[in-house]
Parts: sequence; structure tokens; C-alpha cells
Amino acid sequence: MTAAPARIEAAGTRATPARWRRFLAHRAAVASAVVLALLAAAALAAPAIARAYGADPGQVDLLNRYAPPSAEHWLGTDALGRDLFLRLVFGGRVSLLVGLAAAFGAAVIGTAIGLVSGFAGGRTDAVLMRLTDAVIALPLLPFLIILAAIDLAKLPLPEGWAEADTASLWRIVAIVALFGWPTVARLVRGTALSLREREFVLAARALGAGPARIALAHVLPNAVSPIVVATTLSVGNIILLESVLSFLGLGVQPPTASWGTMLTNAQELIWSAPALAVWPGLMIFVTVIAFNFLGDGLQDALDPRAVVTRR
Amino acid sequence: MLRFLISRLVQAAIVLAVMSFVLYALIGLMPGDPIDLMIQANPELTPADGERLRRLYGLDQPIVERYGRWLADALSGDLGYSRAHAVPVLDILLPRLANTLVLLGLAFVAALAIALPVGIFAAIRPYGPADTAINLACFAGISIPPFWLALLLIMLFAVTLGWLPAGGMATPGMESLADRARHLVLPVLALTLASVGGYTRYVRAAMLEQMRQDYVRTARAKGVGAIAVIRRHALRNAMIPVITIVALDLGTLFSGALITETMFGYLGMGKTIYDAILANDFNLALVGLMLATATVLAGTILADIAYAALDPRITYRRARA
Repeated sequence: MTAAPARIEAAGTRATPARWRRFLAHRAAVASAVVLALLAAAALAAPAIARAYGADPGQVDLLNRYAPPSAEHWLGTDALGRDLFLRLVFGGRVSLLVGLAAAFGAAVIGTAIGLVSGFAGGRTDAVLMRLTDAVIALPLLPFLIILAAIDLAKLPLPEGWAEADTASLWRIVAIVALFGWPTVARLVRGTALSLREREFVLAARALGAGPARIALAHVLPNAVSPIVVATTLSVGNIILLESVLSFLGLGVQPPTASWGTMLTNAQELIWSAPALAVWPGLMIFVTVIAFNFLGDGLQDALDPRAVVTRR
Repeated sequence: MLRFLISRLVQAAIVLAVMSFVLYALIGLMPGDPIDLMIQANPELTPADGERLRRLYGLDQPIVERYGRWLADALSGDLGYSRAHAVPVLDILLPRLANTLVLLGLAFVAALAIALPVGIFAAIRPYGPADTAINLACFAGISIPPFWLALLLIMLFAVTLGWLPAGGMATPGMESLADRARHLVLPVLALTLASVGGYTRYVRAAMLEQMRQDYVRTARAKGVGAIAVIRRHALRNAMIPVITIVALDLGTLFSGALITETMFGYLGMGKTIYDAILANDFNLALVGLMLATATVLAGTILADIAYAALDPRITYRRARA
């Protein structure tokens, strides 16, 4: 109790309450944060949920195909008699993992490229920025499809990697990160360029700090807000990409459930069992819109310029 | 201007050249081996024949040399054959490129025709109830999985209501312009809905930015009417960033077309590339992707020209840094 006032005071000096206030004012973002927290909790607790529910998401029951919702199967069963509710819970694990991991990977690559580009300048900068432009302009999906079709056994990967159950999942993470970095790279480069000649950076340089130290200790902390906003907004997009690739049969491979793979046969399902085509799509939609609202709210909270535009 | 165009064309050529090499190298990593497939298809062939064929096709040579030969052939107009269709790849790709351009063009125009008025309307009273509703709709449009949206449209308009065909290019035996148009409605609608949310947000943001400028206040102060301020002053300046972003989005629009075409069985480039990869028809996929990328890059260059036409301040004279 006695520690509380001191904490508030410390926080007050760092403009945190103002950020919180701005974030809390974005009602859609707050609601989205709650929804995402619930989804993440369900994903983390999926095995426990399965135990409490008394079923297994991979359990095939051919006598019980396309069962309607019941006390035993809350949302009914799919074409193989597997429980739809549990498959949605486990599918969420995959979609969230892929979305977060690929967004993080893209942010790391983008930050590295942006810092190098902003500090090296000259020809290195020009080449990296042309590369960024090119990646942004490319029709992304056909490229991802080609990369997703590669035979991993033909790559010089460590023993056993290509055959691992999770190989298709990490492959998606890797290829999305490989194409997802340009936004962050541009933001970080912009920050680096604008800060490079500022007094505190010059002071650090005068004190003998090398370019790596200046980039990491002085410029990077100032770029954190835009990186966080851009990365949050990218998670939704990546979940959409994963679902498209999985839907097309080139993403996460069955029997692993992902919301995209659950829709693989949806074109036939809409005639026979529309509910099976609706639920996974609805989960993707809710998750993606929640990440987009969250990113929008974070932008209001973290980027003061955006707040000026507001009113 | 000419100089700028040339430098952009050179850049596009470099992108295409690098891309073709990467794609060519990737084909070697695709599942299955062309010679193995030939041996499997023909029981008379022995492994020794396989070796001979490998040498005959030059597959024993290093990749750079093979690519060099492929590039020389490609530049002289020989882009090779499709393995699955057994015809030159361009015979398949060019008609399908035309189909895709029809789909993309209609969806692009429809999306802009919605996004412009709606985005401007939202920007007039920012954060009011109408703007909030439009904003929600935009977020929904951006966040909906495009293939799922296509499914919902098929479910509603083809299965439940039975108004429109669920897919394909034409009704067999009943080909006519009206029939073709009926088959286009749902794909165009799906692709339009997939992009209109993003476009509306761009228009709104660009308009808001302009409405806060001093020149808008000046125009208002001297008594210019509300509509004229928007139309003659703010909108013109707002169009410039909108064109940039929309042009950069052409690649995304093409990705959307791939999904739409696949969902509706529409014979366009995206579906062709996807089907070619599933059928191990990699030459078709490679040339198709090159052609798609070239089209997208051409679109961005066109946007740069439109940019100069809209903004007299931009001359594209070389600015030496």
C-alpha cells in the first residue's frame, strides 16, 4: 500500500497515464484487447479445455459425422465426426502462433534492414530501399504459394526438420516473415534518418559511441512505438494469409487443425453442412478485426501526432 | 519526365530479371523431378535412359548456365511449353491475362467509385456517427478472409437465392455477353468488397489531412461554398497520396484476384498460376508469375505518370541528393 503513491508518481513522469487514457478512449480497441486475451487464454489452455470437455480434437468418429450441436458436441461434428468446438480451440493455437511469430520475425528483419539503411546511407541505403519498394509492389500471394510448394527435403536443412510434424507451420512463419518486413524497415529507416543528426545522438557520438551502439541504444528505443503499432496491425494480415494458404492446401497440413485448413472443403460444405463453413471463418474474422482495432488503438495511444489529427 | 520514365523502366526490368532467376532456381526445389516423371510415365525407359535425357535437356549443368540459356530463349520470344496443357505457355496465359484484367479493372473502378464519395463523406464530419459507422464497416471489410467472403456470397446469391451462378465463366451452350456478365457479378463483387474498405480509409485520411490545411480555411474565409472547397481544393490535393497508395496496392489487388478466381472457377492468371503449381507445371507458373508481376509494375508506373498529371509541382526532374 505504501509503495503505491511512489509508483504513480514515477509513471506520471513518463507520460504513461496519458497513453493509457488515450488507449482506453478507443472503445473498439479495449473490447478487442479483451477478446484477444480470451482467445489467447483459450489457445494456451487448449489441452486443459479438451480434458475438461472430455474429448480429443483429432478423435475420428465415423458413426457421428455432421452431428448437430448437442450437449456432447457443443457445435456439432465435422465430416470425420471430429468435435468442431475443440477443433476451433486448437485451430486458434495455430493461427495465433503463426500470426505472432511471423509478425515478430518480420519486425526483427525490418528493424535490422531499417537501421542499416538509415545509418549506412549512400549506395547501401539506395539498394535496400529499392529492394523494399520491389517487395511492396510484388503480388505477394502467388509468391507465397510457390514458396509454400517447395519440397523441404530438397533444401539443405538439418536432419529430420523437413519431416517434422510442425514443418508446414514454421515454413509459413518463415516465408511470411521473409516478405513482411518492408513496412517496419521504412518506419525504422525514417526514424533513424530523423534522429541521426539530433543533439543527443551527436553527444553520444562525441563520447565515443560507435554506430552500432548509437543505433541500438539511442535510435531504436525511439522507434519502438511505430514498430509496435505496425507489427500489431500486421498480425491480422498474417493470420489472413495463413488462412488463405491453409485453405488452398499449401499452409498448415492436416491433421493439424488451423482455421484455414478447417475450411479446405468449405466449397462442398456450404451445400451439405453450412455451419462447418461458417464457424472457422467467423473465428478468423473476429481475431483479425480485433488485431486491427488493437493496432488502431495503440496508434492513438503511442503516436502523439495521430492524436493531434483527432479533433 | 522521359528520363524518369526510363529510370523506372530500368528498375522494373531489374526487378523482373532478379525475380526470374530466383523463380528459376526455386523450380529446382519443387517436389518431383521431370525426368523421374517421364520414366514413371513410360515403362520402356531405364535409369540409363534417364541419365541420357538429363544430359539431353542440359539438366546436368550448373543452374546459372541453365538459367542463361532459358533467359536467351525467353528474350528471343520462346517462353517454353506448359507440361500439363502441352501448348506454348503464352497461348494459355494471354487470354487469361485478359480475363484477369477485366476482373481487376471492374473491381478497381467499382471500389474507387464507392471509396471516393464515402471517404469524403466520412471526412466532412470526422468522429461523428456516420464516420464511426463507415469506419467500422471499413475495418470489417479489411478483416474478413476474402475466400470466406466469396463463400458467403456464393451461399447467399447462388445457393439460397439462386439469382446468380456460383462460378465458372459461362453457361455451356448459352454463351452470350449477358451470360458472361452474369458470371462476372459475384467475382467482381467479392474483389470489390475485399479492397473497398482499405481504399475508403485512404481517401478519408487524405481528405482529413487536407481539410486541416490553411488554404482550405482561406478558401472558406473568402466565401467559397462547402462543396466547391471539397471538390476544387481539398479533393485534388487529397488524390495525390491516394493514387500512390492505391498503386502500391495493385499487388495486393492481384493477390485478391487469385483468391477470387480460385473460389469462382474464373479462368484468370491467379487461378492459372495456382493450378499450375498444384499440377507441377512449373514453367507455366514461372512465366505466369513473371507476366503478373510485369503487369503490376506497369500499373505502378502508370500511377506515377498520373501523379505528375495531377500535381503540377511534380516534374520528375532529377533531384541530385
